[in-house]
Amino acid sequence: MTWLVDGLSGLALLCGAFFVIVGGAGLLRMPDFYTRMHAAGVTDTLGAGLILLGLMLQAGWTLITAKLLLILIFLWLTSPTASHALVRAALSDPQNPPPLLQEDIQSVPSPSSTHLSEGERIEQAK
Amino acid sequence: MLRILGLWSFCAGLWLVLSGYFDIPLLLVFGALSCALAVFIAWRVEKADPEVQPLHLRVGPQIILYWPWLLWQIVLANLDVARRILDPQLPVSPTLITLKPTQRSEIAQVIYANSITLTPGTITTSLSDGVLEVHALTREAAGSLLEGGMDRRVAALERSNA
Repeated sequence: MTWLVDGLSGLALLCGAFFVIVGGAGLLRMPDFYTRMHAAGVTDTLGAGLILLGLMLQAGWTLITAKLLLILIFLWLTSPTASHALVRAALSDPQNPPPLLQEDIQSVPSPSSTHLSEGERIEQAK
Repeated sequence: MLRILGLWSFCAGLWLVLSGYFDIPLLLVFGALSCALAVFIAWRVEKADPEVQPLHLRVGPQIILYWPWLLWQIVLANLDVARRILDPQLPVSPTLITLKPTQRSEIAQVIYANSITLTPGTITTSLSDGVLEVHALTREAAGSLLEGGMDRRVAALERSNA
């Protein structure tokens, strides 16, 4: 039985790590603040969830599992609130560029030129 | 009175789980006393701030069904967003949409808004006067919200409460 639990736990930890890395990659690849928030969402829902699940399987039916479950519940209650507060703050500041919409994406051929236009925006701000 | 007792039992349960002491009487008494203090402070705060509303959400059979469904939606949305991140073309189509949630109570609307934000690919940017504004990573994600499957499920939760 232990090898089964260990295997499942290892699998959950590996998948969790994978999603955390993908979330980080998304954070770097996405064109603007708002789309980056979506990439960060991958990290704190499935990434954190799978890692905590893997740790729970390691701990077995102990108090540690109860605590890990509490961490998961609090994380899933607070992270939407935090994302919402961040997005609201970004939208309410008139100095921030408005969210890129699909029309803008189509006029921008590749992610590299998006970075260029971001640089230009900074130049103009100066 | 029942609410105060309920709050105290909740605090005590949390204290037991987090401390892990079950057999040292002195510490258990200290724990019980600190829970009582916390409940007393909460009671005082509630009197001072009339805006505070106790959470009236009974856990019915519906919410037991809603959580696994939401969890499954989160997994599906995660896989979709992860696939798009790893795609060299980066196929995103950010969209802003407004939704009119059909839930009547504020708490149900907040559950709906939080469920949207918790699902990767969609973030609620504002909720006021019964109108939700959502930023979606892709047109497909925005479209599935406009279909209203999640909205109906949260509204059903509300009906089971009333």
